[in-house]
Amino acid sequence: MNPSSINNRAAQITAEVISNKRVGAYHHMSFLVGDIAAQALPGNFVAIAVGGEGSAMILRRAFAIYRATEKSAHGGLIELIVAPHGQGSRWLTSLEPHATVDMVAPLGTHFGIPTEPVRALLVGGGYGSAPLFGLAELLKSRGCRVDMVLGASTANKIYAPLDGKRAVSSLTITTDDGSMGTQGQITDVLSQIIIENEIEIIYSCGPMGMLEAITKISDRFGILHQCAVEESMACGIGVCMTCVLPVTGDDGVTRMLRSCIDGPVMDGSRVVWDSKRKIPEGTFGA
Amino acid sequence: MTFSFQTDLGGALLPNPILTASGCAGSGKELSQFFPLTELGAIVTKSIMIKARSGRATPRMAETPSGMLNSIGLQGPGVDYFIANDLPWLDAQGARTVVSIAGETVEDYAVLARKMRNLPGVVGLEVNISCPNVENRGMVFSCQPETARAAIEAVRRNIGGDLPIIAKLSPDVTDIVSIAREVANAGADGVALINTLLGMVIDTNLMLPKLAQKTGGLSGPAIRPVAVRAVYQVHAALPDLPILGMGGIMTGRDAFEFILAGASAVSVGTASFGNPTAAISIKSELENILQEKGFATLQEAIGYAHRN
Repeated sequence: MNPSSINNRAAQITAEVISNKRVGAYHHMSFLVGDIAAQALPGNFVAIAVGGEGSAMILRRAFAIYRATEKSAHGGLIELIVAPHGQGSRWLTSLEPHATVDMVAPLGTHFGIPTEPVRALLVGGGYGSAPLFGLAELLKSRGCRVDMVLGASTANKIYAPLDGKRAVSSLTITTDDGSMGTQGQITDVLSQIIIENEIEIIYSCGPMGMLEAITKISDRFGILHQCAVEESMACGIGVCMTCVLPVTGDDGVTRMLRSCIDGPVMDGSRVVWDSKRKIPEGTFGA
Repeated sequence: MTFSFQTDLGGALLPNPILTASGCAGSGKELSQFFPLTELGAIVTKSIMIKARSGRATPRMAETPSGMLNSIGLQGPGVDYFIANDLPWLDAQGARTVVSIAGETVEDYAVLARKMRNLPGVVGLEVNISCPNVENRGMVFSCQPETARAAIEAVRRNIGGDLPIIAKLSPDVTDIVSIAREVANAGADGVALINTLLGMVIDTNLMLPKLAQKTGGLSGPAIRPVAVRAVYQVHAALPDLPILGMGGIMTGRDAFEFILAGASAVSVGTASFGNPTAAISIKSELENILQEKGFATLQEAIGYAHRN
């Protein structure tokens, strides 16, 4: 099996809800997490137990970290953008300040930061934009030019906070219904932005179909594409083997890798897309 | 007098009765981020097969009320990789390891048993003859007395030495006691009860089975009463056969329930998915409960619910 890179910085903590504000279709939630905020990097995620003691929901819910602040007025802070679309996330978004949750963080791989300044394009679908703002700030601080494209079905599902946009040179928005920005999908505008801004690397986060479509475009232009994949997880820490997807390694062998340990950030061109409901032929051990 | 938490699982002497459940502890490295593996009575590995296996297609998992379905399909790197990589690492941690093995044929079990001879840090063998995630239900060895016996006999003949053999059984049978009796007669030193129950969830938006392979194994607190019943029945019929009990153990109270039913030790599985330190909390909670109830040793509590 491929050598897995376990994120040894993870800890299980009790985190206090500091704030919970509705933003469009989402909730912006801040948690007091202490020292582990300093360990979080853009692309990492957290896993939160939901439903309270004796909950019938026995599995954690995973959320990409929107922002981690080492030294806020309260101490170490982790912020999340939560879409209340299931029973667990609805429970989470119903919490009031001072409520506490059981959180394991930070988990998974993070976006790779180039050693030299590059021209980067950040692409987010729906709440998938969340981890991109911290990434934009980090890239900008390293001298990179950062352009951003965000897409969603409709305006209130675009998450683009004012202060998050500071690090971004240009922001393009697409919505399926045209209620904000350009009507259409992210992929309709991508090629032109790549050409105009001479993009050298794409970072993305969002639904798997979108990541697959971006990979086709990045492959065509021959540019790197680091994407944060979204597979349903049971544990988030690498023990359950449910969040796997086929990824081709340096040795040319395709293996079923865990998106929680070998991901969520992966090289888009290495992922064997369109593998839902089947194991690709030739996969190791198939 | 100090409380004794030791247990004897068919010849495996363990400092405490809390084990992981097969397939719920990765390679050990993942959980070791959260606690030293030496805290466990033993770590039970995921089921090791002869060859590498990709496992089944995704989606492989569906959360259900107080439980989950999985159809991992025994993804793993194969026995030689395990012996060369995972096992030495576990041994270096000082972990006591129970290796779970799974085969597709009786001959597979024989080959795997031979490879398990004289391995460092291995305190027992759990023989998985009950994984529900196989292509052919007829391949679930523990569903028929004859195939259950054949698989365990193959292990017994080939293991050599005195490594304890624990046969892991499926609850999806008419009479689990008769299967337990069969594997005990075939040379098993104990039984692990229970593997997951075969289940299905249909996605009502897609209007298709949610799992790619349609069926999966149900685990978690939803199956606990089935597991407790199985442990109780087997202990009643075969009081001298050690039982490793499992099925939805989330707390020390739940573990105590299995001990009262007749388990000599318990495995924590699905609980670790929701809480990486579940096994450690369960261990300290169980120790406290046993002492509060006035037991001087764990041994006194095993099967205590059977008294008249």
